[in-house]
Amino acid sequence: MLEIRNLHANIDDKEILKGISLDVKAGELHAIMGPNGSGKSTLANVLAGKPSYKVTGGEVLLENQDLISMLPEERARAGLFLCFQHPVEVPGVRMDQFLRQSFNDIRKSKGEDQLDVLKFDKMLKEKVEIVGIDYSFVKRSVNEGFSGGEKKRNEILQMAVLQPKLAILDEPDSGLDVDALRQVAQAINNLRTDKNAVILVTHYQRILDYVVPDKVHVFVNGTIVQSGDKKLALEIESKGYDKYEERAGKDISA
Amino acid sequence: MPKLVTEKDVFSKAFITLEQDIPTGITTWLEKLKRDAADHFKQLGLPIQRRGNEEWKYTDLSPIAKIAFSPIEKFDSKKLKQEVLDYILLGNPSWNRLLFVDGNFEPDLSFVNDTDNIILKNIQDVVADKSYKLEQHLSKYKDYSNNAFVALNTAFIKDGAFIQIADNRLVKEPIHIIYITTASQPETASYPRTLILGGKGSQAEIIESYWGLDNEAYLTNAVTEIFVGQAASIKYYKLELQNENAFHISNTQVVQDSDSYFSSVNIDIGGKLVRNNIDFLTAGENTNSLFNGLYLINATQHVDNQVILDHAKPYTTSRELYKGVLGGKSRSVFHGSIIVRPGAVKVNAMQVDKNLLLSDKAEADTKPAFWIYCDDVKCGHGAACGQIDDQALFYLRSRGIDEETARNFLTRGFVNEIIDGIDNEDIRIEISSIVQAKLENIR
Repeated sequence: MLEIRNLHANIDDKEILKGISLDVKAGELHAIMGPNGSGKSTLANVLAGKPSYKVTGGEVLLENQDLISMLPEERARAGLFLCFQHPVEVPGVRMDQFLRQSFNDIRKSKGEDQLDVLKFDKMLKEKVEIVGIDYSFVKRSVNEGFSGGEKKRNEILQMAVLQPKLAILDEPDSGLDVDALRQVAQAINNLRTDKNAVILVTHYQRILDYVVPDKVHVFVNGTIVQSGDKKLALEIESKGYDKYEERAGKDISA
Repeated sequence: MPKLVTEKDVFSKAFITLEQDIPTGITTWLEKLKRDAADHFKQLGLPIQRRGNEEWKYTDLSPIAKIAFSPIEKFDSKKLKQEVLDYILLGNPSWNRLLFVDGNFEPDLSFVNDTDNIILKNIQDVVADKSYKLEQHLSKYKDYSNNAFVALNTAFIKDGAFIQIADNRLVKEPIHIIYITTASQPETASYPRTLILGGKGSQAEIIESYWGLDNEAYLTNAVTEIFVGQAASIKYYKLELQNENAFHISNTQVVQDSDSYFSSVNIDIGGKLVRNNIDFLTAGENTNSLFNGLYLINATQHVDNQVILDHAKPYTTSRELYKGVLGGKSRSVFHGSIIVRPGAVKVNAMQVDKNLLLSDKAEADTKPAFWIYCDDVKCGHGAACGQIDDQALFYLRSRGIDEETARNFLTRGFVNEIIDGIDNEDIRIEISSIVQAKLENIR
């Protein structure tokens, strides 16, 4: 599904990704862990096509299509979805109207039928129930006045509606208490199929108790220093990142 | 090519006509009022001098002064196409309305049937009838002695709207006052005059709309006086849809008696040079007032909004939100002044002006001013001027929405704060579609 080959990327002329290579197959969930500043979120943003980041080398193929040359909207239409770490507020734009436009634009690009207001609303109600949020949310302006947990759940709702092939979740657990975390994890699990794939970026291990990864990759200083299965996550939980930071040549005594 | 004339000459041709119209020996109260206003205008002149003229600093009136205004031939109302009329009636032909073309009342295109609750008459119809309280109220709220445009309008009153809502009556449907300029003859002027009296405890919604049919330049110099009676609730909407060559100068004076509610939504879409003065005065305690405005301008349009809120009485609240979307090389000016008089305790006033610039060359000027002569009050202001939020734009695009559609979403989202504040669904839907049409043309 996704092939990343020796990806280099920088922001403001500072290189953050220093040669990332990764393969994600359909049906898999890959967890990306690492200390702050390791480049995990940068990878998520570069894959989504955030304008401030510049790709300086390597390539990314989504189902054999060159992702880097695509505009952000083209990537979404190709089946990519980013759950933002800090979803922005969009005042005055109603959630359901925005989602309907998004849903139909993606459908249109695939030559599929679009849904009218009533049909879309029916579908939306079903998804709202699955994700476990209140229907009144969809009448509000996007993310306006939402708490951290509500914003995360809103990202998951969008994912449920748009049904992406590849979902990139950028720290979906940050700022959540145990109950909210469990809810978000459950929603993520409900949305997984053997046809889609997930990249889950996280700093802490605890979400991986609920969302079990097929592979775990440790990022340090813009490269993957170790890959393994879910046991790797547990090792980091007990031992931290020190070993890997040393390996990456970082001076941890400073 | 407009004739270049001096400031004094500008209206002298029209003055001669005015004075010729008044028969000697007979002077009604209205004629006396007009003559007095004309005398004041002659003394005041147009505020063309910009240096040292704070009120008009950002708005250059010399284009108006350079055009000599000629009298207009009466329009044959049967020439008005049905689809144009339908559009002007805002899709609601059942609303009570008065319609004027080039300053002349058109009875065939007007409609009044709610005579239990309202008096809705054109001024000429009630001038001579003392049972209508026109003389007691007309020009009693907006003083012309130090305001050239108000003096000019008062001097040239031809016809206008007189609206009186009976005490304690709830008027279910909006009342629509329509001022149309044909704009097919070059360089004409009209002086719309509106007087609205909301009786004690009354509730009504009034829309005033201004339209330009053809493309010639013209001047609309309008004055609206609104008195909101004790415990009344009056919602006022002004839709300025003049053509792109028009000069629109309006003066609106609102006086609120105690325990009343007043809201005003002022929408500017057309016009080449637009200046709106809104003056508000509390004549009693416990008033609540809302002044919202939306200006959507493009190319070389210039819109100048001056709002002066005079909280003369204690326990009065006001909220002001003006929002602008600017494209091309357009220019907006917003001056919001709040006065709190001595002894006016517990006044709560908040004023905000926000501008969204869609082009590099557009410019928005915003200036709040406070004259506060009482300590125990809460007054604040906010102003913002910016472009479309990049983060929000990326968010929408990351969901598959193309850039142009995403920009439209965000621009509409910006104006929605004003649109969503309109309670009446019929009015909101109509204004929303007019606003949407203009937004699609702003670059």
